[in-house]
Parts: sequence; structure tokens; C-alpha cells
Amino acid sequence: MNTWGYVTVGYVLVFVVVFAYTVFLLVKGRTLSKQVPPENRRWM
Amino acid sequence: MTESVAAVPAHTGSRSTRLLGLATLAGIAVVLVLALAVTGPDKVQGDAARLIYLHVPVAISMNVGFGLCTLGSVMWLWKRSRWWDTVAVSAAEVGLVFTGLTLVTGMVWGRPTWGVYWTWDARLTTFSLLFLLYLGYLVVRRLPADVEVRNRRSAYVALLAFVDVPIVYLSVSWWRGLHQEATLSLSTTISGLMLFTLVLGIAVASMGFLWLLVHRFRVAWLEDEVEIAGLDLAITERRAEAASVEVPA
Amino acid sequence: MFRDAALVAGKDLRIEWRSHVTTNQVAPFAVLVLILFAFALDPDRDVLQRATAGLFWIAILFSAVLAVQRAFALEAADGNRDALRLSGLSPAGIFLGKAGAIALELAALEVLLGIGVAVLYNTTWSGWLLLITTSVVATIGLAAAGSLYGVLAAGLRVRETLLPLLFLPVVAPVLLGATRAFEAALDQSPADGWSWVTLLTTFAVIYVAFGVLAFGSLLEES
Repeated sequence: MNTWGYVTVGYVLVFVVVFAYTVFLLVKGRTLSKQVPPENRRWM
Repeated sequence: MTESVAAVPAHTGSRSTRLLGLATLAGIAVVLVLALAVTGPDKVQGDAARLIYLHVPVAISMNVGFGLCTLGSVMWLWKRSRWWDTVAVSAAEVGLVFTGLTLVTGMVWGRPTWGVYWTWDARLTTFSLLFLLYLGYLVVRRLPADVEVRNRRSAYVALLAFVDVPIVYLSVSWWRGLHQEATLSLSTTISGLMLFTLVLGIAVASMGFLWLLVHRFRVAWLEDEVEIAGLDLAITERRAEAASVEVPA
Repeated sequence: MFRDAALVAGKDLRIEWRSHVTTNQVAPFAVLVLILFAFALDPDRDVLQRATAGLFWIAILFSAVLAVQRAFALEAADGNRDALRLSGLSPAGIFLGKAGAIALELAALEVLLGIGVAVLYNTTWSGWLLLITTSVVATIGLAAAGSLYGVLAAGLRVRETLLPLLFLPVVAPVLLGATRAFEAALDQSPADGWSWVTLLTTFAVIYVAFGVLAFGSLLEES
């Protein structure tokens, strides 16, 4: 693998992981939001 | 607060996080163009040096995360406020994700630079121990317990881990200092456009980190709400049960 | 505080003396580890001799996990933890007592393993002053950190698996420092070793201070 290959792998890995974590957080947030009454989750 | 209660949307976003998220995405686009196309290759490392715009910003955010975890734990022990405890756990989890990314980008960068994925470089070694230390913190955090007990326990684990970090770093650098110095740095001093890209990368990574942190905070807050509500419900049910038993007697 | 510490340490050591758990289980385990290292590494080509310092401290580290677990399993049974809390002993004293008892058990193990490697690995010990100072400060550090994590994990169902995960990364610098200091002593260049002793002392001071200050709160309920 040439140098650009490693650069690509590095960038792709980071963005895939961050994206997956973001989706995980958002989905979990939505699921939990449904179980909590609105007055207890008013965000700034 | 003009929104009516019913209009509160059922997710962890808000206007401020949406703005922050959009700014982060725009920043990522700019940094990607600068890092991968506009800046030239490094004289010594060639194109491999482009990983610095990824590795260093992620590593800095990771340190901020563990700093916040410590701050949150200290503040919890002082003020006993649920807010600070939630800060601590969110910062630790997002920090742990970023530590994983720091390790991975470090290894991916190490391969073309040193020819190996891993060397016992002082910083890489310290990061790997940090990863394990804060993994332990999150494991302790997830053990079932009363909220108060859980918070106290995890605050102490965070502090015990934090006081260890300088000792780990010192010992590892002394140890490696006796052999050869292998660091992930460019041999020429970085300047001009490359420096600008790096600084911008650090700013964008911090914004992304903050965005994740805020969302993680809200998720943790909701988790505690669900738990508290579940506990209240169980107590009410038990009371009702006890009352119904007592009536015939 | 120190009278309380002596009381708790005396109680723990008496229990160990009568129950023979340390002598009949932990000590044989440590020796077994030494023998297993010989199987894993080639005993004929001086590998063992060169790796003595590291193998010695790895064996001590693993035994320390067992010793800590044992010391706090004693308090887990029959609500002893509450009894200890209600006993009126100062928490700092209880911490120093528990850590002191663990440190003494580890010190005994170190003597045993020291003889063990001399016989099994054909290592010649030298630089006694450095060896003994290193052992003392490293053992205090291990016992202090171990007691803190021990009490944290004590009440939990998952304590057997949790303790090594929490304890071993934290004491990694002790392994590193003690091993380098021992190597320096064995190489007859003790000057290199003393800076490691400083590091080990710092570790010990920090965790002993942490324990004296925070043990009460950790003992309360966790």
C-alpha cells in the first residue's frame, strides 16, 4: 500500500467511527426521549 | 422558553446544537480540502504527513475530554450535583472514543513513517494505558447501583486514574528515553499554510467533540430520568400493594 | 490513627496466619508463575536470567491481585464491612492497616520469589541496597493502590474480574519502575536505578495520601 493508501485509511476510519457514534447517540436519544415527559427534557 | 411543553421535540437536538453541527460539518469540509489537496507534502515524510491534521486534533480533544471528566468528578464530590456527574461520564465516554481514534490514526501514521504499526513510543504507550484506565471507569460506571453510590464510586475511580496519568507518562518517557526517541513529529518546523490547517483542524475537532459531548450529556441525563422514574413507579406500586393487603385486616 | 492501623493489620495477619490462604495458595501460585515462565521462555539460553527482573515483578503483580482480593473478601462476608464502619476505628487507620497487612504479605512473597529466581533462573542478586529500597517503596505503592481498588470492588458481584481491570493499568508504572531499578542493580550500575526509586516513591506517596483522605468515603458504601 502506498502512502496515500494509509492517509485514506486513516481519514476514512476516523469519519466512519465518528459517524457511527453520532448515529448511535442520536438514535439512543430519540428512544429515551419518548420515555421521558417533555418538561424534564428542555434543552438550551 | 416560549415553546409550549407539547412542542418539545423528542430528540436530543436543539437550535444551538444544530448550529454547532452545521458549523462543524462546514469546518470539516474546509479542513479536508486544505489537508488533502491544498497543502503540499512534507519534505521528509511526504504525503504521510497529511495524517497530522487528523491525529493531533483528535489527540487534543481526547485530552480535553479526560480533563473534563476529572473536573466533573471533582465538582461532583464538592457540590454533589447531578449536572457535574453527567459532565464527567459524558466527557469520559466521548474521550474514550477519541482515544481509540488517536491510537488508530497513530498506528496508521506509524506504518508508512516507521515501517511498523506500533512502536513503544512514549505517547502511544501512554495513550494505550489511558484507554484502559478510562475503560475501567466506564465499566465501573455501568455497574448497577444506587445513583448516589454509583456517582461517588465513579468519581473516585476517575480521580484515581487521573493522578496516575502523569506518573505513567513520566515512567514511559524515561523508559523509552533510555533507548531511542521515536516520535510522530515532522522534522522540519511546521509553518504557513500547514500550520493554519493544523490549527483549523484542532478548532474543528473541538467543535465536533463539543457537539458529541452535548448529545452524550443529554442521553446520559435522559437515562437517569428514566431510571429515577422507574424507581418512583416501583415505590408507588409497592405502596399500593401494601395498602391493598392492609385493608381487609 | 496508627494504633487503629496496627489493630487492623494485626487482625488481618492473624487471620492469614491461621487460615493459611496466603501460605498455601498465594505463595504456591507465585512460584508456579515462575515455573510457567520457564516453560514459555527458553531456559537454556539465558533468556530467563536476563528477564529475571521483569518476571519477578510480574509474578508479584499477579500475586498482589490475589492478596488484595483475599484481604477484602474477608470484609465482604457476614456484614463485616458494616462492623468495620461502626467500630469507631478511623477510616485512615483502617486503610493503613489493610494496606500494611497486604504490604507485609507481599514482602514475604518477594523474599520467597527472590530465593525462587536465584534457584530456578540461576540469577545472582547484587546491589542489595537498591534492591531492598526498590522493593520497599514498590510494595507500599502496590499495597496502597491495591487497597483502594480492593475496597471499591469489594461489595460487587463482578469483583474478581473488575479488580484486575482497574488495578493493573494503574500499577503499570510500578512494574516499569521496579523492573528497571532491579535491572540496574543486577547490572551493577545502581546509579541508573535511583531515579526509578524516586518515581516509585512518588507513586507510593500519592496513593497512600489518597487512601488516607478518601478511604472513609469509599468504605461507606460502594
